[in-house]
Amino acid sequence: MINWPVILTIAKTHLVTKIKQTSVAALGVTFGIGAYITLVSFMTGLNTMLDNLMMNQTPHIHIYNEIEPTKEQPIALYDQLANSTPIIHSIKPKLSQKKIHNALPLLNYLNEDVHVKGAVPQIKAQIFYIAGSIEIAGNLTGIHALEEAKLFHLKDYIIEGSAEALNNNENGILLGVGVAKKMSVHVGDRIQISTIKGDVFPLRIVGLYQSGISDLDAIQSFSNLKTVQRILGEAANYITDINVKLNDVELAFPMAKKIEHQFELKAIDFNTANAQFETGTTVRNLITYAVSITLLIVAGFGIYNILNMLIYEKMNDIAILKAIGFSGKDVQMIFMSQAMIIGFVGGVLGLLLGFGLSHFISTIPFETEALPTVKTYPINFNPWFYGIGIVFALVSTFFAGYLPAQKAKKIDPVKIIRGQ
Amino acid sequence: MSIVLEAQNINKYFEKPTRFQVLKDINFTIEKGEFVSIMGKSGCGKSTLLYILSTMDTEYEGRLLLNNEVISGQSGEKLSYIRNKHIGFVFQFHYLLADFTVLENIMLPAKKLGEKTLEAIEKDAYDKLKLLKIDHLALKKASQVSGGEKQRVAIARALINNPSIIMGDEPTGNLDSNNADNVFTIFRELCDKQHLSLLIVTHDEDFAKRTDRIILMEDGTIKK
Ligand SMILES: Nc1ncnc2c1ncn2[C@@H]1O[C@H](COP(=O)(O)OP(=O)(O)OP(=O)(O)O)[C@@H](O)[C@H]1O
Ligand SMILES: [Mg+2]
Repeated sequence: MINWPVILTIAKTHLVTKIKQTSVAALGVTFGIGAYITLVSFMTGLNTMLDNLMMNQTPHIHIYNEIEPTKEQPIALYDQLANSTPIIHSIKPKLSQKKIHNALPLLNYLNEDVHVKGAVPQIKAQIFYIAGSIEIAGNLTGIHALEEAKLFHLKDYIIEGSAEALNNNENGILLGVGVAKKMSVHVGDRIQISTIKGDVFPLRIVGLYQSGISDLDAIQSFSNLKTVQRILGEAANYITDINVKLNDVELAFPMAKKIEHQFELKAIDFNTANAQFETGTTVRNLITYAVSITLLIVAGFGIYNILNMLIYEKMNDIAILKAIGFSGKDVQMIFMSQAMIIGFVGGVLGLLLGFGLSHFISTIPFETEALPTVKTYPINFNPWFYGIGIVFALVSTFFAGYLPAQKAKKIDPVKIIRGQ
Repeated sequence: MSIVLEAQNINKYFEKPTRFQVLKDINFTIEKGEFVSIMGKSGCGKSTLLYILSTMDTEYEGRLLLNNEVISGQSGEKLSYIRNKHIGFVFQFHYLLADFTVLENIMLPAKKLGEKTLEAIEKDAYDKLKLLKIDHLALKKASQVSGGEKQRVAIARALINNPSIIMGDEPTGNLDSNNADNVFTIFRELCDKQHLSLLIVTHDEDFAKRTDRIILMEDGTIKK
């Protein structure tokens, strides 16, 4: 049975009389935890920002019709050659349409699926922007502006004008900033575009689009589905791409496989398309934790040293305590609680320091063309980090205190008293 | 009269630097209210015996009984409890916790025992301080009082749990004759008025003569 109030008073008195060493030990923890909080908040803040940058714009599943050679060549149907290996030279892709067959029923089917947050149709068309006598090659994508805004954060990338304006204007175009700059046109101006077939259409600029990728911004523009269908001279069921957003991105792969199989279309899932992206996140997290743990180990050695020193200085006290009836366990607990007090106080101060620093970072301006919505450095104020931080502090001080306390427990009072 | 402490066939060896026997077949009893002193030449094993009797040293052969209960071979936890409740120890060098006040030093064993409330312990501590005429020092840091005063604080601390026996290893060895006399008087009064048992190692012949009984040691054995 341990008498905690007494143990704690003794622990406290020791710490207070050695306030300098105690402070140094606690500061070590404060520094470690503070650095951990700052680092992890900043790193995951950046990660989340980069994730969003990718995730917002990128569909979880992209469905389209790929022009590719037929997987099963006619010769495979010929039974007589079943046991031999046919070699076919110069396979040509099959002639097929770019449009998705039965796109509208497929869209309905996808939108009814409970795992699907939304599926939106797109039409991709190659066009030319006409500026005087010059023709600039570009892409015009027909979209459902409001759905795109809802599911793929289109609004974040419209730097002038709005998605509603595009939706409300039959002849509107959302022009890439690069294109606008090249042609020196502004919102409200009219421009002309021409299709590959040579038909010329006038459109009104209702907004400017900036993705942050300048190569893309120099060619990409958006217009309404209907407008593009009209420009291409196609019917209302002409749709070349379907972008799907799921409730859970993990389901993208199996679902893409299912769609490919069921509808004989190409369906690319997010992870397959962006394999390198996951790796980056993992590596950044790894670095954060490696640095934090290193800092805490250093702090742990500091505590270990200081407790060891304290035990040498308090050798007499330990002998007296044992002589007047404190057990080895009591003495061990005295030094363990000193370690834990240092860990707790240092840890809490570390959390405050980390919060202060990361809050400060979150106010530093950070503006870049690539991220139109980001104004300051991104910080992730996740309460979990603070929980992990304090647990980290307590666990590392526990280990740092364990050996010295164990030593204090085993000190033989007779030896000390004789040594006097 | 009841027996407080009994040593039966205590043998003790030191292994280093070479094996040699410090204590040879020690047998004696101390009765309740008896004031006993141990004398003997330097190096004859008095301190060694006292550390064994006080349960701090457990590496010995033989049996030790406190209040007719065998305490040899008990667990460390149990021995700590016995030291706390039944044995008061006074060292030659006034062993106090320097960072604590006199009052805190005295209260500590009682707090550890945890049988009384904090107020009751504090009152007890003041009673002991008054008994030893040092109540004016209560709130001073232990490191800031004189040697004679420290020794009295140590006695007060030894008394706080009303132990069965007080043991002292040359408690007056470090004091001038005046202070030594003082400490003796205190012991004598504790013995006479409160029927406390005392076992004190001393080199001071005058001190020993005024106790009830002298145990004389020679080369690890008891002469008489
Ligand atoms: N830890 C030890 N290891 C080996 N020998 C020891 C140890 N401690 C004491 N001794 C020896 O044991 C013998 C008895 O020592 P002890 O301290 O009991 O003597 P003492 O009677 O108290 O002497 P003094 O009157 O000088 O205090 C001495 O010869 C001493 O050298
Ligand atoms: Mg001695």
